[in-house]
Amino acid sequence: MGNGGSFWLPPASSTVAGEVDSIFYFVYYASVVLFILVIGLTAFFVFRYRRRGGTRQFTSGFSHSNVMEVTWTVIPTILVFVIFFWGFNGFLKMHVAPKDALQIKVTGQKWFWSFDYPSGASSVNEIVAPVNKPVELLMSSKDVIHSFYVPDFRVKMDVLPNRYTKAWFEATETGEYNLFCTEYCGTKHSEMIGKVKILSELDYQKWLEAADFDTTIALHEMGERLYKSKACVTCHSIDGTPMNGPSFKGIWGKTEHFADGSSLTIDENYIRESILNPNAKVVAGFQPIMPTYQGILKDRHIDAIIAYLKTLK
Amino acid sequence: MSTATATFPQKHYLNDPPGLKSWLFTLDHKRIGLMYFFAIMFFFTIGGILAMLIRLELLTPQGDFFQSGDTYNQMFTLHGAIMIFLFIIPSIPAALGNFVLPLMLGAKDVAFPRLNLASFYIYVVGSIFCIYSIVTGAVDTGWTFYTPYSTSTTTSVVSMTSGVFVLGFSSILTGLNFIVTVHKLRAPGLTWFKLPLFVWGLYATAIIQILATPVLAITLLLLILERTLGIGIFDPALGGDPVLYQHFFWFYSHPAVYIMILPGMGIISETVSVFSHKKIFGYKFIAFSSLGIAFVSFLVWGHHMFTSGQSELAAMIFSFLTFFVGIPSGIKVFNWVTTMYKGNISLEAPMLYTLSFLFLFCIGGFTGIFLGALSVDVHLHDTYFVVAHFHYVMMGGTVMAFLAGVHYWWPKIWGRMYSEFWAAIAAFLIFVGFNMTFFTQFVLGSQGMPRRYYTYLDQYQPLHGFSSIGSWVLGLGFLIMAFYLVGSLFKGKIAGNNPWGALSWEWSTTSPPPHHNFETVPEMTHGFYDYDTVLVNEHGEKVYKEEPVSV
Amino acid sequence: MSTVAQDASHPEYLAHHFSDIEQQKESAKLGMWIFLATEILTFGGLFCAYAVFRAWFPEMFHDAHKVLDLRLGTINTIVLIASSFTVVYAIYCIQRNNRTGTVINLALTLLFAATFMVIKYFEYSHKIHVGQLPGHFYFYDGLEGTNPHLFFGIYFAMTGLHGVHVLIGMGLITWVMIGTLKGRFSSEYYVPVEMVGLFWHLVDMVWIFLFPLFYLIG
Ligand code: HEA
Ligand code: HEA
Ligand code: HEC
Ligand code: CUA
Ligand SMILES: [Cu+2]
Repeated sequence: MGNGGSFWLPPASSTVAGEVDSIFYFVYYASVVLFILVIGLTAFFVFRYRRRGGTRQFTSGFSHSNVMEVTWTVIPTILVFVIFFWGFNGFLKMHVAPKDALQIKVTGQKWFWSFDYPSGASSVNEIVAPVNKPVELLMSSKDVIHSFYVPDFRVKMDVLPNRYTKAWFEATETGEYNLFCTEYCGTKHSEMIGKVKILSELDYQKWLEAADFDTTIALHEMGERLYKSKACVTCHSIDGTPMNGPSFKGIWGKTEHFADGSSLTIDENYIRESILNPNAKVVAGFQPIMPTYQGILKDRHIDAIIAYLKTLK
Repeated sequence: MSTATATFPQKHYLNDPPGLKSWLFTLDHKRIGLMYFFAIMFFFTIGGILAMLIRLELLTPQGDFFQSGDTYNQMFTLHGAIMIFLFIIPSIPAALGNFVLPLMLGAKDVAFPRLNLASFYIYVVGSIFCIYSIVTGAVDTGWTFYTPYSTSTTTSVVSMTSGVFVLGFSSILTGLNFIVTVHKLRAPGLTWFKLPLFVWGLYATAIIQILATPVLAITLLLLILERTLGIGIFDPALGGDPVLYQHFFWFYSHPAVYIMILPGMGIISETVSVFSHKKIFGYKFIAFSSLGIAFVSFLVWGHHMFTSGQSELAAMIFSFLTFFVGIPSGIKVFNWVTTMYKGNISLEAPMLYTLSFLFLFCIGGFTGIFLGALSVDVHLHDTYFVVAHFHYVMMGGTVMAFLAGVHYWWPKIWGRMYSEFWAAIAAFLIFVGFNMTFFTQFVLGSQGMPRRYYTYLDQYQPLHGFSSIGSWVLGLGFLIMAFYLVGSLFKGKIAGNNPWGALSWEWSTTSPPPHHNFETVPEMTHGFYDYDTVLVNEHGEKVYKEEPVSV
Repeated sequence: MSTVAQDASHPEYLAHHFSDIEQQKESAKLGMWIFLATEILTFGGLFCAYAVFRAWFPEMFHDAHKVLDLRLGTINTIVLIASSFTVVYAIYCIQRNNRTGTVINLALTLLFAATFMVIKYFEYSHKIHVGQLPGHFYFYDGLEGTNPHLFFGIYFAMTGLHGVHVLIGMGLITWVMIGTLKGRFSSEYYVPVEMVGLFWHLVDMVWIFLFPLFYLIG
């Protein structure tokens, strides 16, 4: 990240960031000047006209001046006009994506992000995009409101349920950037953070091919990767400690008891159902908070996860 | 006129009539104001303690002090909700305003004393709902109660929102009472443009209270219906619109921030003149700018929603109008500064807080301008920059003005003085601690640190750590204040009618004032800011200057 | 020069902090108008919600309004307008010290209000029965459009809040009626009667808006 950022602002790594920063600094310096004026005068008056000797004095009756009132109405007015137009201009640029933008679908969900690429590939909590190419995000949420925020790109947009919102960026440098959820969304709002990985065009194409499904490794290893990359790990441990969800340790073949009193022996169909329709059977002692992975995990992915779960003795 | 050595009146509103019952059923605005004062200080302390816990948790990046994110989320929600609805909104109008307004008007009471008492008890009922919510699982929605989160979480949202709903009525009744009082109960001779500026501030505030609060009431009612019956108006799953909720909420809550600041600005207009011992500069401009702010404040709510998906046109209009709140605020600031020019300035505690106010409110206000600029707000929205902004305006602005007012009227309320020495130390610690705590948060925010985060990335640790340390300095300042203020009630030296040599009417009666406010009714013999021609000497006597000095 | 009332006749209905009846009356009136403004804003919020959803689902609103009973709505409108007249007449009577006239007119007003509530009761219970209800409770299947439950959500919120106001108004009217019977009011002092009358007009006025918005929209 060549551009190291400054005391006030993080590195500016997208095409719109520079403009945002220049308005920021314009307002900043205008404020500093006005602030020094106001506080400087205050300090001077306090010192110059302080009460000496403790007795009250008659003071000047100087109590109005239209010239002064007009001055300090007009100058700030001009100033705010400039700030308004400048800020609005930048805002429009942020809102209108270039025509040729690459479109990535963003889904926010408690408490992770998933991304779908035009090729059919998908990823979780890590959005991968090429450098120097406009990327448009088509976003929606599956539950409450979230917000997609990449400080280094100066991009932020709320992600709403039952509605699409859009944002776009064009990264100017390859590298990894932080992605935050900035709309409060509950227990793990502060852990709903991910990465933006900006690759060269070539690396991006390679990544896309690999992302879809890696056939060079064993099925259960693929399952393990998915366990980590699709955020199962945030709720399910593999060492026997229950977290938000039951632990996967020794899950295969055990008899599971459900909140409605029924029970069954865990098999492939049950796991498939748990992933696609998690609330159909809710394990006793847990809240029905697991999100559905319908549309995120393909059949091959589920096969891989099942293979992996079988290995967890 | 009072005599050279200050005496403490035998009978005054505090002991006449005597007995607990006479307090609980009192119709006296001074007693009601005082009861409000104790109630809000109680909640301020609770809110402050919650804030200290929040800062303690944020000392390190990982979660360590609270069991889980849930506990943390409840902490900041309660901190925000208590500070806003139970402390800052009633603080200046209901506590200080109630006490001072009729005195300033030369009236015996507010227009509707029974309504005034009712509004206090409505406040109490509302606060009980809120406390009930806290003990039955608290709320974790943030003080803004955004849907659909607030309609789906399992915490006690209904009792908290019902509490806020009830508190709204208390606020409406106070506002209604004040407007009628100002219109109808001014003593003869006291025309609109002779009113003390604090009265103008309260009047402008009251207008917002009565026009904005009903909308909050209906919004919360719909939210409660949504949660209990699922009527679907805000629920996207049923075809409703969560963004509509945000519009409704901010339609109240933006004007509400001026409910908080306008009375504070009123206090500053008083103290800056009294302690500079100089005629207030630009009286009419200060008075009208209050009304201007009140008016514009209804048109800018959308600036809280620049990234919510509202249309670009709406965002543009809201941004444009937002800046126009800055102009009248600036007019006030410049008039205050000019008031000090050629004054006779004494740095007693109220003036120290007044100067803190000027310093901190300017920073808070300027950073509001950053947030109003559309593209900059996209970056800063929901980061610690916003958190720092609103603490600078609310804590650095309103609370400083409130403290200035408390120290200014303390001798009038109790008849006794606090220790100037300890007051200066506390003011210094609060000023330094406040800046340590919150200035760092501007940097955190502009560097991208989101708000409402229980854990955070390591890179933000140094600044968060510094902020937490600052909060201890701040807390220490308040602790000292609590001690010397309480101490003054027992040991403080007797204040006399007019310790600051101020000219408005509340200083012409005894301290503490008698039950009916005035033994001899005040007369309009000079303006309340005429320090160029009238002077109250050390013996409390008024000295008139034959001819006013020309500039 | 004083705020202390000097006149010997300080009647008991004049509160101590007012200097004369005129001041007290003016204050009460101003207070009442401000209160009415807050009421209008409260309903204003709901009218906004109505406007938003109607703009979003115009066809659905149109279809849904047809299931409301226009006949009952019209009767209720007439009943409320009539009650406004009787209230005006009650005030007119008390200004002329005609207590009997006041009581009769207030009683008539109460009667109209009760009629209104009875009709509302029948309307509501029919809706509850067939499932024309808000949100999750909706189970009526005679309507096609998108989200018809939203129409009923707003319908019940608005007419419900209005109904609560009618009930409060009935309580207030009963209160001033008793006061008149006990002889507390006269042509000298009738501020409470007048204030209750103002409140009642507000209740009517809100209905005058609700009626076309729900029953007549085309
Ligand atoms: C006392 C309360 C108070 C006050 C007075 C203000 C005052 C202002 N506020 Fe603030 N604000 C809040 C309380 C307050 N605010 C709160 C609580 C929130 C967050 C709520 C939440 O999300 O939880 C918030 C959030 C907030 C936002 C939304 C940020 C976001 O979430 O993205 C914005 C955006 O425009 C904003 C703007 C302003 C402006 C322009 C002013 C102006 O009124 C400031 C005017 C003052 C000055 C400008 C200084 C003095 C002027 C001069 C010396 C003259 C020279 C001036 C110029 C050249 C302009 N505020
Ligand atoms: C009036 C409003 C107000 C005030 C005064 C404060 C005061 C403080 N606030 Fe608050 N704050 C809010 C309103 C306020 N806050 C709001 C609205 C939010 C947003 C909530 C949300 O996101 O939903 C917020 C959020 C907020 C956060 C962000 C949490 C997050 O986003 O994760 C933080 C973090 O540092 C914080 C800290 C503090 C601190 C350290 C103080 C300190 O200044 C407190 C100092 C006070 C004390 C220490 C009390 C001591 C008192 C005594 C010792 C007794 C004195 C008694 C007498 C004088 C008789 N606040
Ligand atoms: C937000 C938390 C969360 C995430 C993320 C999550 N789960 Fe779950 N999961 C739960 C909870 C809670 C339960 C228990 C309640 C239930 O059955 O719905 C559960 C239950 C299960 C069960 C049944 C376990 C048993 O012992 O009967 C399986 C299998 C499962 N999850 C698989 C997965 C897989 C695979 C993923 C990732 C692709 C995943 N989960 C991601 C929370 C989560
Ligand atoms: Cu998702 Cu916060
Ligand atoms: Cu605002």
